[in-house]
Amino acid sequence: MATTTHEPPRVERIGGSSGSGWRNLVPPATRNLRSVQDRSGEPAKTGVWVGLAAITMSFAAFTSAMVVRQGTAPDWRHLALPHILYLNTAILLASSVTLELSRRHIATYMGGLRLSAQYPARWLYITLFLGVLFVAGQYAAWLQLRSQGWYVATNPSSSFFYVFTWIHAMHVLGGLGGLVAVISKLRRGVLRRSTLDATSHYWHFMDALWLYLLFLLITKF
Amino acid sequence: MHDTAVHATHHGPPTSFIRKHIFSVDHKVIGKQYYALGLFSVLVGMVLSWIMRLHLVWPNFAIPGLGLLSPAGAPGGVVTPEYYLQLMTMHGTLMVFFVLTNVPFAGFGNYFLPIQIGADDMAFPRFNMMSFWVTFVGACFLFAAFFVGDGPPLAGWTAYAPLSTLGKITGPGEDVGQTLWAISIGIFCIGQLLGSLNFIATTLDLRTKGMTFMRMPLCTWAWFITSCIGLLAFAVLLPACILMILDRVAGTSFFIPGGLVVNDQLQPHSGGSPLLWQHLFWFFGHPEVYIAILPAAGIVSHILVNSYRRPLLSHKVVIYSMMAIGFLSYMVWGHHMFVSGMNPVSALAFSFPTLVITIPATILTLIWVGSLYGSKLRINSASLFALGFVSMFVAGGVSGFFLAQPSIDIYLHATYFVVGHFHMVMGVAAIFGMFAGTYFWFPKMTGRMMNETLGKAHFWFTFVGAYCIFMPFHYLGLAGNVRRYSTFVDDFMGPLMPVHKFISIAALCTGAVQLIFLYNLLHSRFWGKPASANPWEGTSLEWSTSSPPPWDNFGGKHPVVYHDPYQYGIESSTGDYVMQDSPEQIQTVRDDKKLTP
Amino acid sequence: MAILSAIPIVRHTWAPPEDISTHGHLIDEQLADTMVEAGVAFVAAQIILGIFIWTASSARPDAKIRNFPGGAKGLVAAAVLLVGTEVLALGVFGQKAWASIYFTPPGANALPLQVQAGQFAFYFRYPGPDGKFGPIHPELVNEGNQNYFGLDQTHDQDSKDDIVAAEMAIPVNREVHLLMHGKDVGHSFYVRELRVQQDFVPGLDLSLHFTATKVGRYEIVCTQLCGLGHYNMKAYLSVLSPEDYDAWLKKEQAMQ
Ligand code: HEA
Ligand code: HEA
Ligand code: CUA
Ligand SMILES: [Cu+2]
Repeated sequence: MATTTHEPPRVERIGGSSGSGWRNLVPPATRNLRSVQDRSGEPAKTGVWVGLAAITMSFAAFTSAMVVRQGTAPDWRHLALPHILYLNTAILLASSVTLELSRRHIATYMGGLRLSAQYPARWLYITLFLGVLFVAGQYAAWLQLRSQGWYVATNPSSSFFYVFTWIHAMHVLGGLGGLVAVISKLRRGVLRRSTLDATSHYWHFMDALWLYLLFLLITKF
Repeated sequence: MHDTAVHATHHGPPTSFIRKHIFSVDHKVIGKQYYALGLFSVLVGMVLSWIMRLHLVWPNFAIPGLGLLSPAGAPGGVVTPEYYLQLMTMHGTLMVFFVLTNVPFAGFGNYFLPIQIGADDMAFPRFNMMSFWVTFVGACFLFAAFFVGDGPPLAGWTAYAPLSTLGKITGPGEDVGQTLWAISIGIFCIGQLLGSLNFIATTLDLRTKGMTFMRMPLCTWAWFITSCIGLLAFAVLLPACILMILDRVAGTSFFIPGGLVVNDQLQPHSGGSPLLWQHLFWFFGHPEVYIAILPAAGIVSHILVNSYRRPLLSHKVVIYSMMAIGFLSYMVWGHHMFVSGMNPVSALAFSFPTLVITIPATILTLIWVGSLYGSKLRINSASLFALGFVSMFVAGGVSGFFLAQPSIDIYLHATYFVVGHFHMVMGVAAIFGMFAGTYFWFPKMTGRMMNETLGKAHFWFTFVGAYCIFMPFHYLGLAGNVRRYSTFVDDFMGPLMPVHKFISIAALCTGAVQLIFLYNLLHSRFWGKPASANPWEGTSLEWSTSSPPPWDNFGGKHPVVYHDPYQYGIESSTGDYVMQDSPEQIQTVRDDKKLTP
Repeated sequence: MAILSAIPIVRHTWAPPEDISTHGHLIDEQLADTMVEAGVAFVAAQIILGIFIWTASSARPDAKIRNFPGGAKGLVAAAVLLVGTEVLALGVFGQKAWASIYFTPPGANALPLQVQAGQFAFYFRYPGPDGKFGPIHPELVNEGNQNYFGLDQTHDQDSKDDIVAAEMAIPVNREVHLLMHGKDVGHSFYVRELRVQQDFVPGLDLSLHFTATKVGRYEIVCTQLCGLGHYNMKAYLSVLSPEDYDAWLKKEQAMQ
């Protein structure tokens, strides 16, 4: 990781007024997206990976708490998963696909390859919608469990069920916030590639995390 | 995410008072805010420790005014045994979380990390502002615990379950106070996670031209390593706090086993594991103590090099030792649980890495001491505190060596020996790091010099005082004096009272000496001698900008780095040192090789 | 400062109380060895630091900067070698001590004895002539009618002859197998003279075994923060001659 020799600067200067290049990326007055050069974008990318590492660690902590708790006492009761979870899974997966599609569109749009390209926000809206639908679906799952008498404190299995799904849903809400920011930036013409990339990494990670949780729920609950 | 900075760069510095001083995205302002929050917390924590010390030796002494502040805990100003524990819990929590994490790491780190790598701000300035305000809200929750129904929590800063989870029935403070504690620490974790993320991204991505990893100053390295530790450690404490809050308010049983009877009432919980809390807590807790000490160690290295007027014997070895400490810190948490009922085999498994950690720690110490040999030490307040740090670190680290051996820990666990150990390392060593940093960087942060005479007096009194307070703790521990007791009434510990009296008097005096520091701080802030850009003839980038730095750090320019960080002890146009951004051609003095005549 | 603070330790002004157990000498020896090695390291480090500060701060301005002989490599090697061997040596001996305490099962004729810790008192239970402890029913615990353990002496055969006491008495030179039961929150069982300390973890039944070698009365203190009465939670351990022990047991039985 360490580079020891006289290394060329990691970011080139643009314009010459200030050094760390990425800060000079202001939207041009014309609001023409294509003329925004995105040279750095690195902090957003690094940031999202570092953030994901922290989230992974948190869920690792929750998982090991669950494993310990299961091993401590024989009071773990089997919890029948609400079927809507599978539908939610499909929705979340679909949202990742639509996000990728919109990323393609934006890339062509920004790259200026097809000037006639349609305004690329549409797929983002669909993603946003699917994300909201997922959270609503999770909410429906909680309602369903409650109606069957499974509350947070009913049994360790339901406690962990709620904890896992709540915390994941909170993170998905965070991702939705990111999408909203991306959309608004796109509309204002100030979207940078790195922001879009970071948001979509995060979003796909939420997918993967959910698949992992679903796996836990199916095998351990 | 970071468009704020973009706008800031182009619209000039903020002008409104709120944008400039309160909700500022400028890392320098945020660094000072952390510092102020830490300073406030350390003063409160110190006053709490006075009350504790007074109560320990004069249990019936009525402290004027305390009765008004807490009618239940201290009726008429006389501290009750449970109020003692509540104060102790708050003292430990404030000191560990809101002082030692806020000042050396978040405070100085925020202020100087971007400057030292030649960036004009953090990678995510708005996140940065958020992380401070989140921490601030956490602090508010904690302070609020003083004023709720039956007072702050009494379960210690370690908040062992099930005492901390069963609620009101187990004692005063375990009602709302403990819930506030858990919420506060949870929020604190979020703040620190945001902060660590920011530090990492900044260090990785915003280094200026020529600033390679090995050219980063040692304190930048320490902050970087610390933020890597913090990222993983706080990410574990946060889930633990969430589970604790659920146990307390939602009736779950994560940490509460079945069949508990409190006050003849069978508790409605079942199946939880108290040891689970301990594991989660210490998985965070041990790395946390290195979060407290590494930034201080980095700051101290930075200051020592400057006052030795020569590079350390090895730059790399210091970095690698800090990395090794950081890495090992994740494998040793069980040493706090030797007698907790953990499997005895795992005690051995935890003991070994704990002992091994002393090796990189010794290497650090030897480098600090060895580089001193044959140097041209400049004595000033900052370097005195830095050298004091080394002395205290050795004193405290050596006692860690006792505790790391499970067989000895059977006898010493939960005695004042442990209290002596951690006050030596975190109570004074890390605090000395903060003092050293303050004396060293004050000119840069405010544009004014601190008073050296007062600074030196402050050092000598504090140094002697700290030894007088904390060394006797070890003797008490060896004699078997148990910690977290509010009075020592019995025939066994009674005879140790003279030692306690000595400690209390020393603590009051040492505390009073801190007034010198406060006076110096405030007086110099407004009326100190104006400072030049580089009063200590330092080499790193913070010294190549004005004091205090302009709002974008380098006044629209960006430094280009040509040299290793500590080019001292050479002939050059400016004296015996060359700044990192000076284009002057020199023969690099790296490590010990080039120095040998 | 360092030397001053080392004096009391060297003079043993405050030393652990005399050891009265069969395993305690292992811990004491370990402690003494560590004290010597760490003490030497501590004092040496402080003195060297002091000397270097003295010489370096009074160096003449034109003096040449010198390197510590051996440089960084030498220091690193020294650290790894010295501390490494120390770590290994103490580690290995310490493991022996630990192992001999924790990895040996209690002997077959060890005296079984149960201790319960609750806010803020210890209670002890002897199995009585049948040698069996009756089961604990948490819902029956009632301090008012002195059913501290929650025993059901009308229904459980094994409980009928159990002896409950507020003080712990054991015969000298006989191994004791102490079964630990936590009633509410965490507590700890600490007898300095026995060199024994073990936490009570509610929900987890731990046990200890040790042999006391000296008749006397010793303090049992709680060392795990357990609430407002923590500082006052203690009991006494009487190590008695076998005859006295039998007499004590008879007396307690009569009082049940
Ligand atoms: C800044 C904080 C800090 C630091 C740096 C350390 C450093 C160390 N700590 Fe400490 N520790 C705490 C803060 C800290 N600790 C706290 C807060 C607690 C109690 C929590 C509570 O219960 O409330 C605690 C408790 C604690 C325990 C548990 C005790 C118990 O509860 O029974 C143990 C046991 O292993 C331990 C060990 C160590 C070791 C081996 C080091 C090592 O890293 C030290 C390494 C340094 C040196 C060794 C010095 C330099 C070396 C030399 C001069 C060379 C020669 C020396 C030798 C070869 C010995 N510590
Ligand atoms: C940073 C950590 C820190 C610091 C500085 C201190 C400082 C002090 N502590 Fe504390 N203490 C803890 C961390 C700390 N403590 C912890 C974690 C516990 C355990 C709690 C628990 O068991 O749950 C504890 C417990 C504890 C106990 C044991 C309680 C018990 O077990 O019964 C006692 C008893 O005397 C005590 C005393 C003191 C005294 C007299 C001081 C001081 O008064 C000494 C004098 C003060 C100074 C030398 C420095 C003052 C600094 C400044 C004025 C400003 C610096 C600010 C900047 C540069 C920004 N402390
Ligand atoms: Cu029981 Cu402390
Ligand atoms: Cu530790």
